[in-house]
Amino acid sequence: LWWAHSPPARLPRPPPAAAGSCPVGPCGRRAYAPPAERKRFYQNVSISQGEGGFEINLDHRKLKTPQAKLFTVPSEALAIAVATEWDSQKDTIKFYTMHLTTLCNTALDNPTQRNKTQLIRAAVKFLETDTVCYRVEEPPALAELQKNEWDPVVSWAEKRYNVTIGSSTSILGPNIPASTKETFVSHLASYNMWALQGIEFVITQLKSLILSMSLIDRHITVEKAVLLSRLEEEYQIRRWGNVEWAHDYDLCELRARTAAGTLFVHLCSESSTVKHKLLQD
Amino acid sequence: MAALGAPMRTLRALLRELRHAAGLSYRDSPAYRHVLAAFRAHRVTSEKLCRAQQELHFQAATYLCLLRSVREHEALHREYHGRGERSPKEVAGLVGFRLPQQPGGKG
Repeated sequence: LWWAHSPPARLPRPPPAAAGSCPVGPCGRRAYAPPAERKRFYQNVSISQGEGGFEINLDHRKLKTPQAKLFTVPSEALAIAVATEWDSQKDTIKFYTMHLTTLCNTALDNPTQRNKTQLIRAAVKFLETDTVCYRVEEPPALAELQKNEWDPVVSWAEKRYNVTIGSSTSILGPNIPASTKETFVSHLASYNMWALQGIEFVITQLKSLILSMSLIDRHITVEKAVLLSRLEEEYQIRRWGNVEWAHDYDLCELRARTAAGTLFVHLCSESSTVKHKLLQD
Repeated sequence: MAALGAPMRTLRALLRELRHAAGLSYRDSPAYRHVLAAFRAHRVTSEKLCRAQQELHFQAATYLCLLRSVREHEALHREYHGRGERSPKEVAGLVGFRLPQQPGGKG
C-alpha cells in the first residue's frame, strides 16, 4: 500500500539555502514554526544589460547570488522570467517558489563544485536506476500500465539515440551496455555548463534520464513527463483515492521544478535561428 | 513532437497566468511584452512543420506549466502547510479547555 490510512504529517518547508540572502536557519526558534520570511523590500524589478550578460535590478540594487557574485544570465528571456519571479512576490519573498532564480544561482555559484565531466557522469549514472526501466511483476494491472506507458518512451529513446536500453523486473535493474552510456555522455557533452546544471536538475526531479531527455528533446510535455515519472503513484491514487494536501502538493511542486528545469535548459542553449528572427523585427 | 494543442490556447492561458502573477500593471511587464512579441514574430509563417514555431510553442507551454504549478503549489501550501504550530491557547481550545488566568503572572 502506498499511502497508509493516517497520512504522515508534513513539516513546513524552510527556504532553501541556495536561494537568497535569508538570514539565520531554523535553530533558535520553536520547532515547526514557519521560518520568518523576508518581506518584499523593493518596488520595481527591471533588467539591464551588463558586460557578462543580463542583470536583475531590485529598485536600484543589483541582484546578487548567495555567494555574493553578481547575478548575470546569458539569455534575455531567462532574465525576464527571473524578473517576473521576483516581481510576483507579494508581501513576503517565498524562495521556494522561485525555481528559475534558484537554478541560476546554482549555475553561477556551482556550490557542489562539480565540473562538466562530473555533472555528465552524475547524469548518466541515473540511467542504471532509471524509473522507466524498473518494472514490477505484480499487481498485473500496474505491470500492464508500465508496459503501455513506459515502453513507447524507452523505444523512442533507443531509436533516437541508436542505443540499447531495455527494462528489467529484477532488483538489480537493467543491464546498460557501456556503448549506451558513452553515447549519452557524448550527447550531453554538447550542452554548455548552465544547460547541464538544468539537465542534471531535471533528471534528479524525475528520477529518470530517459524521461528527461525525451522532455528536453520536446518529445513529451512537462505534464506528461511528470505523469510518467509518478506512474505508480497515479495508479495507487486511482485505486485508493487522492489526498490533496500530499498528492496534489507533490504533483504541483514536481511540475513546477521540472518545468523550471526544462525552460532553463532551453533558454540556456538558445539556437541562433530564434535570435535571427527576433532581430528581423 | 509533443502533443501541445492550439498555440492560441497556450498563448491566452500564458497571458492569463502572467496577469495573475503581475497584478495591475501586467501589460507593461517585460514578460507580457516579450511573450506577445515572440508570438507575433513567429506568426509570419503558417507552416505546420515550422520548427522554430514549434520550439516557441513548447517553450510557452513549459512556462505556462511553471507559472500555473507555482501558483497552485503556493495555494496548497498556504491552505495546508503554512500555519505552523498552534499556540497553547489554541491547543487547549481544541478539547474545549481554557488556559487558567493567573493575575500575578506565572509562579
